[in-house]
Amino acid sequence: MSTFISLLSGMIFGLGLIISGMTQPGKVIGFLDITGDWQWDLMGVMGGALGVHALTRLFVIRREEPILGGAFPRFTLEVDRHLLGGAVIFGLGWGIAGFCPGPAIVSLATLDANIVVFVVMMAIGMRAAKRLQS
Amino acid sequence: MTFSFTPIIGGALIGLSATILLAFHGKVAGISGIFSGALSGEALSWRAPFLLGLLASGVIVPLTGDQLGLHEAFSNSVPRTLWVTGLAGLLVGFGTRLGSGCTSGHGICGLGRASKRSLAATLTFMFTGAVAAFVTQHLIFDLIKQS
Repeated sequence: MSTFISLLSGMIFGLGLIISGMTQPGKVIGFLDITGDWQWDLMGVMGGALGVHALTRLFVIRREEPILGGAFPRFTLEVDRHLLGGAVIFGLGWGIAGFCPGPAIVSLATLDANIVVFVVMMAIGMRAAKRLQS
Repeated sequence: MTFSFTPIIGGALIGLSATILLAFHGKVAGISGIFSGALSGEALSWRAPFLLGLLASGVIVPLTGDQLGLHEAFSNSVPRTLWVTGLAGLLVGFGTRLGSGCTSGHGICGLGRASKRSLAATLTFMFTGAVAAFVTQHLIFDLIKQS
């Protein structure tokens, strides 16, 4: 059950990314580059996702604990320089290639050299950040 | 640009997936966190199947072909040399871990619970993303494009 739920939510997430156009880097860059042929309809991805998630989570957090046990997460509250510095760096990479982590992983299915290089370098970048912070 | 409703529909599915993960596992559907956690071998019992599902969607969905109009799933690529793509991947990996989240973790799950941290992060990466896209598309396009 637990494994199936994870697999299912991964598949729904990936399907959503594909349907929304997030696996098309040219479309994503067309959204980020507001001075070109602006692909403003990609705002709908965040609109649709936020609308559904923000509403449905209200029913979820009424529960004491998650359906399969464990606990709901607790979050850090302060805005610090790691958060903002990281966001600056992530945005630059996103705007250069048109890929953020989710769509890059889904696009591995194409076995395209660019995607494979992107994901491998992303993994290396994550390890580097982790090492720096520990 | 021709307007399309598919981003909203796709977004709704992403939001649904995030709620399923929260409801059953109590986990945040932040892809960078899930991926890097799995790389470190932490809590693979839910992370590995989630990532497998993501990968599987990329294989299965295009097989549905023209019926769902999803044959363009991986079209619209941008010409970039491998060096530039690799640099972008490095920045995305490093930045998302340093900043504790990416488009999904901050932009959807974080904003979905009205987190100030995630709002600050989202506005920041949207802004630098716009700057980077402008610079790559208009100022240095000829230098970085794949010949």
